[in-house]
Amino acid sequence: MVQTDLNENSNMVKVLHKSMSKLETVKINEVKQETPTIKSFYLDKDIDAKPGQFVMLWVPGVDEFPVALSRIHGKCSLTVKAIGKGTEALHRMTAGDTLGIRGPYGNGYTLDERDTLVVIGGYGGASILPAVDELNRQGVNVKVALGAACDEELLFADELSLISDVALCTDDGSVGKHCMVTELAMGMFDDVEQVLTCGPEKMMKKTVDICMERGIPVQASLERYMKCGMGLCDSCSIDGLQVCVDGPVFTGEQLSKVNEFGKFERDPTGRRTSI
Amino acid sequence: MVSLKTSVAGIELENPLILASGILGQTASTISNMFKAGFGGVVTKSIGKDPRSGHPNPTMLELDTGLLNAMGLPNQGIDSFENELKELFSIVSGKPIIGSIFASNSSEFVDLAERMEDIGVHALELNLSCPHAKGYGAAIGHDTETAGTSVLEVKNAVDMPVFAKLPPADNISEIAQAVEGAGADAIVAINTLKAMAINLETRKPFLGNKVGGYSGPAIKPVGLRCVYESYQTVDIPVIGCGGITTGRDALEYVLAGATALEIGSSIYYRGKDAPRKIVEEMKSIMEQQEIDKLSDIIGAVHD
Repeated sequence: MVQTDLNENSNMVKVLHKSMSKLETVKINEVKQETPTIKSFYLDKDIDAKPGQFVMLWVPGVDEFPVALSRIHGKCSLTVKAIGKGTEALHRMTAGDTLGIRGPYGNGYTLDERDTLVVIGGYGGASILPAVDELNRQGVNVKVALGAACDEELLFADELSLISDVALCTDDGSVGKHCMVTELAMGMFDDVEQVLTCGPEKMMKKTVDICMERGIPVQASLERYMKCGMGLCDSCSIDGLQVCVDGPVFTGEQLSKVNEFGKFERDPTGRRTSI
Repeated sequence: MVSLKTSVAGIELENPLILASGILGQTASTISNMFKAGFGGVVTKSIGKDPRSGHPNPTMLELDTGLLNAMGLPNQGIDSFENELKELFSIVSGKPIIGSIFASNSSEFVDLAERMEDIGVHALELNLSCPHAKGYGAAIGHDTETAGTSVLEVKNAVDMPVFAKLPPADNISEIAQAVEGAGADAIVAINTLKAMAINLETRKPFLGNKVGGYSGPAIKPVGLRCVYESYQTVDIPVIGCGGITTGRDALEYVLAGATALEIGSSIYYRGKDAPRKIVEEMKSIMEQQEIDKLSDIIGAVHD
């Protein structure tokens, strides 16, 4: 939220800090192919953000969409899977190209210094990698259950292995256990005091349910179609919460009251559709 | 004890702050939260006949003194929105809910108005002023004749208060007169100002639609002027809208002639509890100035 201060003697709302929804242009320093469908874009500027926050990324003249910050300390990066017109146009961009960003937006993960299990599916690592990095810097034991469709699509497997204990699984059994990531995670709950999860929503729903049953604090980072990113348009809402400003990270307690979690999202017209 | 109660065309409001159309008014749960946040009334997102995705992203940007948007009237369409409103009425009762509708011609307006009346909204707001959706909104509202016809046919078809939301036109008094003559029960002034943003580094317009509407603190003087001129011209109530961010802004609009106020962008500037903050500021200024009730100062700036 923009911090404001009312000046008694005028109508001005004095903006104390840099407003966060103005456009900033950045250049791509380096592009890294992470998997056959996922690339990371290293930027020429640092973004002061918390793990789990996101930016609205403008591919000039093409599209704008929400993207998690995948690396924050040192070289700042955005990691994006090509899934549509905008993300495909981004994938065609190279070092030196210009992007626009608004943000950072959202709340980010609340990271307690406690033994942590991280459950990741698909490209969920794009949001959760900086959280694992931060916990590792604090000296916290982190275990990661990492799942993907197949061997080549496991995102950040090597990078996570340097900062946490990683167990792998794939849908096709090409590497690691041949199972769903929630099944892999079931065997990893010993001594776990907090759980973070990001990935397909049905997977996160299952993870949150398991944690709530066991009384373990859990946070899940949600993804929704977004237009404004700044809490005004109601596009990304779930049961009255705006994912862009109230989330994207929600606690198990919050999600246990959200009937739409794991079931429904909204399309660009605002209609409810099944996940 | 200062009272902020007000009434527009028979619609009783606990306080004069109404959520403006297009801001957070698309889903039942969010609208219900807006009442919890302190709004006296809510205008829904503008609803059309068919589902509409709106303009491509980017659709919103903060500028130095306001917000620029080109949402492009995204909405579920009346069939799907009917379910949303039914859900809303099951969780919220007795609170003023105003259905905003947009259409490209008066017969479409009539269909939508009848549907909204059947569903049970308390008043209608005709969107005659969205500045960036081709064939809709301001395309109709800038033309006094078309604006008048739309209001007239809707008024003939339904038995409920009809508000006309007008663009910030230079000739707003003429448009206000036309819609009053056609039977409108109130005027809402103003919608956003047609505007654009250009990014120097990429040499491209920022918005997906290139052109959008400007709102927030920068447009308050335009809104005040439009309310002032409308109040001078018509006898029906005027609902003020445009850059109201503080209690002082709100009271200036009341002095210009506003009976109630719509608020949108200030939710960005002041947070989700913007209405509560603005209401408290209004109350404290009214106490200082020994104003008992809003009706004592509506239009007080006029000679």
